[in-house]
Amino acid sequence: MTTTVHPAEETQVASTVDTPTTAATAATADPVLTGAGTAPLVERRGRGRKRVTDSLLPIAVFLGLVAVWYAITYLVLDPDRRFLMPAPHTIVTDALLDGPTMDKILPALGRSIVVTFTGLAIAIVIGMVWAIAMSQSRPIERSLFPYAVALQCIPILALVPLIGFWFGYDFPSRVIVCVMIALFPIVSNTLFGIQSVDRGMHELFTLHNAGRTTRLLKLELPAAMPAIFAGFRISAGLSVVGAIVGDLFFKQGDPGLGILLDNFRARLQGQELFLTIIITAALGFAVFGLFGWLAKVAVGRWYDQSRDAG
Amino acid sequence: MSAPAPTLSSARPAAGQPGDLVLRFRDVAKAFPDGTVALEGVDLDVRRGDFVTVVGPSGCGKSTLLRIASGLSPATAGTSQVDAERIGYVFQDATLLPWRSVQKNVELLAELHGMSRTATRQAALDAIDLVGLRGHEKKLPRALSGGMRMRASLARSLTLDPDLFLFDEPFGALDEITRERLNDELIRLFAAKGFGALFITHSVSEAVYMSTKVLVMSGRPGHVVESFDVPFGAERTPELRFTPEFAALAGEVSHALREGHS
Repeated sequence: MTTTVHPAEETQVASTVDTPTTAATAATADPVLTGAGTAPLVERRGRGRKRVTDSLLPIAVFLGLVAVWYAITYLVLDPDRRFLMPAPHTIVTDALLDGPTMDKILPALGRSIVVTFTGLAIAIVIGMVWAIAMSQSRPIERSLFPYAVALQCIPILALVPLIGFWFGYDFPSRVIVCVMIALFPIVSNTLFGIQSVDRGMHELFTLHNAGRTTRLLKLELPAAMPAIFAGFRISAGLSVVGAIVGDLFFKQGDPGLGILLDNFRARLQGQELFLTIIITAALGFAVFGLFGWLAKVAVGRWYDQSRDAG
Repeated sequence: MSAPAPTLSSARPAAGQPGDLVLRFRDVAKAFPDGTVALEGVDLDVRRGDFVTVVGPSGCGKSTLLRIASGLSPATAGTSQVDAERIGYVFQDATLLPWRSVQKNVELLAELHGMSRTATRQAALDAIDLVGLRGHEKKLPRALSGGMRMRASLARSLTLDPDLFLFDEPFGALDEITRERLNDELIRLFAAKGFGALFITHSVSEAVYMSTKVLVMSGRPGHVVESFDVPFGAERTPELRFTPEFAALAGEVSHALREGHS
């Protein structure tokens, strides 16, 4: 919890900043005597400085990586092989600002988004029903949990050809791949959340003769919400992967981002390939961020997310 | 809390009379499947207007008494008879639902008992008043201090206007000042409502201060070694703790506790 982490962090920061101050002004002893009054100021300044450095560090790393990138493009690669790693600015000029390219990418992005969210929605419904059924009955848990684990263990990629074989190569198959990849975290997190409800709270409900449905709706599901949303967030990222993978494999029907990636690769269109990769990554970030935000709206009021946020 | 207590009797038709037996244990024993005997030969009566406190060392089966009385866990021998329409059970932990506001938490039990929406709301408001949490209705448990959480937990049980109140070391985790204040408030609630109470604690001073009767338990297997009637009247003030009579009785209870323990 931030509430427990914070004070420790503050004191640490305060003391590291304090020590030189105290040493430097030891002769006048002024800041030491008024210590109680000045301490918060020192603390706040210390924390602010830390926050600035904290946000600057990743930016510095980013700039470093871009520099390495340029170095590879212009110093390592022969001019006729620069499509392998086109300079960052050419991705903007030759792909992002290029009308025909964007006319291919944007519809593909739209299709992939539809597959992602359809798959995710189905995975959420199936996953939660599955987990709730298992949480309410020991025999159901015993009979179905191994299959949830199996789903996680079987490389879904191995099943993709079969899915295409059975369901064709268009939208339904892409969604099925997406659902299969996104399902497990929802099942396991929902089940874990429901099973981790405090025993004292269960006893409270038992004492007052709460039925199974009441217990589920008023205790188990609300208590499990933080875990359930953590599962949604993981699955959201996976459903983007699922949408791209299905697409990439089936290579038929209206192109999504996966097919586009493959086309650009095959035609040696480096700038376009990189832009599509960046857009795919952005979609992943956006979906992950959306679910982080949804979790905050749903349970942030009472649940401290920083405990499990990654 | 100084305001006259609003009555909760509207929530339920017939209230019990003082002196009505609400809990009776006869020769109650509890053995766990692993063979541990937690309780043996426990006799116990709680009437409306009785505040019975059980003191004993950790692990002597005090909490098991409450679990049997409440029906959470059955006795393995003897009889336990409860003549209370509704039982209040206050745990050591406030067990508030963290996603519900104070108001909604206090409403929970009335909700589970199928009280009408308006009656539930009113019962919760009255109970919140009784424990002095007015103005905090909209807060979430995480915004409350330990003492306030415990008040909310008390209020939650009060909505049912119970005939029998079971307390499982409810103030054990609180600091001494908060604990003593809650002791006083509970005494006032008890005087106003006249329920029967079975209160578990390991604090001798708390036991003597709160109760009409103190039972000393000893462990392995848990049984009542001595019983003390507390002669102080219904009005109790913090000064009581510094009177010679209080010290004498607390001394006797402590002595019995040590005897039973060795």
